[in-house]
Amino acid sequence: MDLILFIVFAMFAVASALGLILQTHPINSALSLIGVMGSLAVLYLLLGAEFIAAAQLVVYAGAIMVLFLFVIMLLNAGEERNPWKAPVVAYIGGPVVIFLIGAFVYLINFTLPPMRSVSFGDFTGGGPREIGMAIFTKYLLPFEVTSVLILIAIVGAMVLARKEID
Amino acid sequence: MPANFMPSAAEYFRFAPEIILTIVGTLVMILEAMTGDRDKSSLGYVSLLGLAAAMAAAVAANNDPGLAFQSMIIVDGFATFFRVLVLGVGMLTILVSTNYLSEAKANSGDFYALILFSVVGQSLMACANELIMIFIGIEISSIASYILAGYLRDDRRNNESALKYFLMGSFATAFLLYGVAWIYGLTGSTNLGEIRTVLSHGTAPTAMVGISAALMLVGLAFKVSAAPFQVWAPDVYQGSSAPISAFMSAGPKAAAFAVMVRVFYTSFDSISNQWEPVFWIMSLATMVIGNFAALQQRNIKRMLAYSSIAHAGYVMVAVTSHSAVGTAAVMFYLASYCLMNIGAFAVVTWMARDGEKFVEVDDFSGLAQKQPFVTAILTVLILSLVGVPLTGGFFGKFLVFKAAIDSHLMWLAILGLLNSAVAAYYYLRVLVVMYFREPGASTVNLPPVAGTLRVAMLVTTLGTIALGIFPGLILGFATQSSTLGK
Repeated sequence: MDLILFIVFAMFAVASALGLILQTHPINSALSLIGVMGSLAVLYLLLGAEFIAAAQLVVYAGAIMVLFLFVIMLLNAGEERNPWKAPVVAYIGGPVVIFLIGAFVYLINFTLPPMRSVSFGDFTGGGPREIGMAIFTKYLLPFEVTSVLILIAIVGAMVLARKEID
Repeated sequence: MPANFMPSAAEYFRFAPEIILTIVGTLVMILEAMTGDRDKSSLGYVSLLGLAAAMAAAVAANNDPGLAFQSMIIVDGFATFFRVLVLGVGMLTILVSTNYLSEAKANSGDFYALILFSVVGQSLMACANELIMIFIGIEISSIASYILAGYLRDDRRNNESALKYFLMGSFATAFLLYGVAWIYGLTGSTNLGEIRTVLSHGTAPTAMVGISAALMLVGLAFKVSAAPFQVWAPDVYQGSSAPISAFMSAGPKAAAFAVMVRVFYTSFDSISNQWEPVFWIMSLATMVIGNFAALQQRNIKRMLAYSSIAHAGYVMVAVTSHSAVGTAAVMFYLASYCLMNIGAFAVVTWMARDGEKFVEVDDFSGLAQKQPFVTAILTVLILSLVGVPLTGGFFGKFLVFKAAIDSHLMWLAILGLLNSAVAAYYYLRVLVVMYFREPGASTVNLPPVAGTLRVAMLVTTLGTIALGIFPGLILGFATQSSTLGK
């Protein structure tokens, strides 16, 4: 059962990811991205990471995607040109992608020690309680310092969007 | 909840520079709102004081070295050196920019706050002992730099530069993060020391570890503009305002080198036979591309950008040597590089004037007759960039190539020396233009050298000379702290 769920959603994630980069209309790409995020959330859930699965849905598939769609609509972005026509993409990009995927498949299949398949319910450390404990004890400093990062993003948005200097 | 998670006073003390900078940065933003329409240069002085206080805190923290916050950060001589360096870069940048911003009518507290926060990120990178902290530090520093690159919003060149920098920078960070994820999967830790322990057992598959290291190297090589990830640098340095180019070519680069040295010398120490050849090729490619492309440039900012790529190549040579001497050479070289590069960009800032109309090498023609002070400053800095004896640049190169020879990288040292000979050509062209050409349209009506800019020029020039005559000033400390805390 776990395996079937995994295969279904993993295939869906890969298919949506391909759709994301192959479609030429930004809205279609954005919708494919929701597919990627959603199926990833299911995969997290299968691994026992409930909190991350929920956060993935609420934050990424929800909030961030809505912003993406807003931006696309506000910019009124139309169809993209087909990038495959550029010789660099067609003759270098394609082979490089195939080579990299092949290399990763080879490495994962043949150099990593064989791993037991994961079944639902094995891992129970993914709830909000455990994550809260980790964030406020061991990872306290990164958590706090992230606020500086967010502050910068806010200041930056303000600086770049201001009407005029002076 | 276990009590030992409460940070002790000593741990706060080790983290004090970043705390001070964040507080001052926030304070500057509040003051910006309070000062209304008045001149904002005073906010620059507040930021300078904040940076000075943080520098004092960084030096004081070195008296009690050690880990802090669940070994998220580490304070050792190496971290202190780079903290002081990036704080100094921040101070010099503010000195270079105040007058420029006033002339562009763009002086505002936001600018100083962004510089301060960016320095927070670089300072975190210098003392981070965890891949997560490294990532957050790099992001803080980079996002602030992206915004600063596009700070003069009405200048199209700024927009282009910011957008290019942002898109390529985010792409590079994604590589870094992917590498971090792989390493976590392979070792079960993001702590540099723990990764080192796990990898030294040799149980993790080497090919996978190599790929993770390579992915992280892509991200870091982008930040230091090492080949083949250097293409962004000329466009971004050319498009940004000159004071910001000075900042970007010094602070973030030095901090990224600190991260590179710490990660590869600590965590990936046991697979050094894998990454040393890669560094060998990258350092050579960086030097060659930087120097030969600089030969073609007419725009002085673009030329300095390629020269900064070449300098990154020399530092990579020292990193490749993978020894205590090499670490000390990295530290010394970056210190002298930051001084001379910011100094050179300070002169460009003065020369370019409002709207940056005069940024060609030929615009410097006849400067020696019109403005002997600035000519003297630029002469010293350029001689240092070439690597003429009695300047900091000479000792930097000397140490770099000595480290390479000590580690039996004979060919790299020879090719590097040939490269610095090529570099002399395009640097000396600027001197020829200044001394032997008749003054042109750009050198009449030269503006006065503003007080803050004069201070920045003098500090960088005197610093360069001091490092050339008394290299022991910082070399002793660099050698002492070249064994990283592990």
